[in-house]
Amino acid sequence: MSTRRYLISKVLQALLTLVFVLAFNFFLFRGVGDPVTQLLRGHAGITRQSVEQLQRQLGLDLPLPQQFVHYVKETLEGHLGYSYFYNLPVSQVIAGRIWPTVLLIGLSTLASTALGIWIGIRQGWRRGSRYDQGMLGFTLFTYSMPEFWFGLLVIMAFAVGVGPFPALFPTGGYESTGAGYTGFAHVVDVVNHMMLPFFVLTLSYLGQYSLIMRSSLLETLGEDFIVTARAKGVRENRVLYGHAVPNALLPTMTVTILELGFVLSGVITIELIFNWPGLGLLTATAVDARDFPVLQGLFLLFSGSVIVANLVADLLYSYLDPRVRAG
Amino acid sequence: MRPQPTSTEPLAAAPAAHIEAPKEPPRTPKQIARARRKAAAKRVWREYRKNKMGMAGLIILGLFIFVAIFAPLLASSCGLDPTCPSTGPQLQPPTLKYPLGTDDLGRSVLTLTIWGTRISMTVGLVSTAITMVIGTTIGLIAGYYGAWRETVLMRMTDWFLVLPFLPLAIVLATLLGPSFYTVIFVIGITSWPATARVIRAQVLSLKTRPYVERARALGASDWHLVTRHILPNVGPLIFANTVLIVAVAILSESTLSFLGLGDPLHTSWGTILENSFGAGAPFAGNWWWVIPPGLAIVLVVLSFTMIGYALDDILNPKLRAR
Repeated sequence: MSTRRYLISKVLQALLTLVFVLAFNFFLFRGVGDPVTQLLRGHAGITRQSVEQLQRQLGLDLPLPQQFVHYVKETLEGHLGYSYFYNLPVSQVIAGRIWPTVLLIGLSTLASTALGIWIGIRQGWRRGSRYDQGMLGFTLFTYSMPEFWFGLLVIMAFAVGVGPFPALFPTGGYESTGAGYTGFAHVVDVVNHMMLPFFVLTLSYLGQYSLIMRSSLLETLGEDFIVTARAKGVRENRVLYGHAVPNALLPTMTVTILELGFVLSGVITIELIFNWPGLGLLTATAVDARDFPVLQGLFLLFSGSVIVANLVADLLYSYLDPRVRAG
Repeated sequence: MRPQPTSTEPLAAAPAAHIEAPKEPPRTPKQIARARRKAAAKRVWREYRKNKMGMAGLIILGLFIFVAIFAPLLASSCGLDPTCPSTGPQLQPPTLKYPLGTDDLGRSVLTLTIWGTRISMTVGLVSTAITMVIGTTIGLIAGYYGAWRETVLMRMTDWFLVLPFLPLAIVLATLLGPSFYTVIFVIGITSWPATARVIRAQVLSLKTRPYVERARALGASDWHLVTRHILPNVGPLIFANTVLIVAVAILSESTLSFLGLGDPLHTSWGTILENSFGAGAPFAGNWWWVIPPGLAIVLVVLSFTMIGYALDDILNPKLRAR
């Protein structure tokens, strides 16, 4: 398959998946019941006329397929409906919450990938050593731990304080309310608030990256070109960093991107317990308030970003490893 | 939720061909097959016993199963009811009478955790059963029949694989309303795609094996081929996969319950944590209310994961060779 055909087929597949997600999202939330009744919940003086007018406005008087087309059109134009809870357009509610989540996920993913890769290399290179065994145990433990419970422990230890030890960090939030910090002081304030959720997320996902890097390195070390490199007298250090690691990095990098869906899941509970005003906290409050339009919008955003991440991983892999395109 | 640590390499069924011949040669093919499988199971168990990690997992799990079954003997169910006379003072740190302290309603945290074992384990096991049935069926049909069935089913699987697990589970649970059965259904219905892929890959390699082709040439029906030749050989893989999925299911249950989507009447470990967080326990320093249920989750999930990895080590010939 030529490169171009490979790329086109990947992009088409991603688009098809996006259409599926749109349809899924549309029909799933139709199962909740009539949107008009929900919108008018708790409003006095509802007449049949106003109901019908609202139905027309929302396009609910049309047959289902037409409604779906309408929904797709609206979504593509960025209209995601109206939040019952915030009394604002959903797109506006979501837009206000994206930045904190991107900041938190981005930084913690960078940290846990870098650390995880470094640990995984050391583990794979000295397979079976005490370090390797210890890290495997640690990995299994963090894997088995619900992130939110770890977060609660961290809050008790570092934000509330244990015994004689004072609280080191704020218990939650994005910044000190009412402090009115600007410029550098504001940055310091935000970093101070982000420290604990960042720490929890980084440690929670560290193990997964180190595990992938370790097994990927082990697999590469068994390849013929490693034997060749050693046979021709390449120094051990160079065998590792010149021959093995670059090849072993490939799967790790793509998996990192594919992990996005799972990191998104973890961020929901972590943002809730640290009161971090991002998309995760928004999800948790929308669940509590049964704010379906917001949930629908968030679900679309989450699935959409996972699809895009998948596509990026595919394209990156084919660019970095030409064997994929050929196959 | 987190990715399921399913092995990407298909497991090979335990080779049954070269086992010492039984003392009295069995007569029917059925008896031969049964004897071989029994011997294979014995051999796996012998190997498994040597695996320290696997045995540790098995012991921890056994402990929790014991607690789940004998919960009524270990703690009176009355202790779950705030109006019960056995409740003590509110938010009391651990004492002799209440080894893990009490919650904001005066209930013993130990009693809550013991009874939570039942709910968490039940949800984990039943939802895993749903996952395995859906995943295995789809994987078998796609792998065995191939052609358009495979295209349609695998495309569908890929689509569901893309949907981020927790947001999907949250949306479904919110739409269906909080209940014990909702949680089971939601976890079961959202976690099958990975299983379907693993099973399909294994079936694809199995169906081209000579013995399957021979049986087909002898005129065996699809049903016979699938139930007698394919399914028994995917068995070990399904087993190892199941163990790992239970771990994920229990974690998912705790997360959903923590977000308030669990059944308020059936206290699971996640529900206890939700209550403690809602009452501000971590911020008030009520550590005895937060640590036990979480530790229980970690231990059970850890035990399932350790057993799963040990089984993978033994049943996966690729890992063994290395």
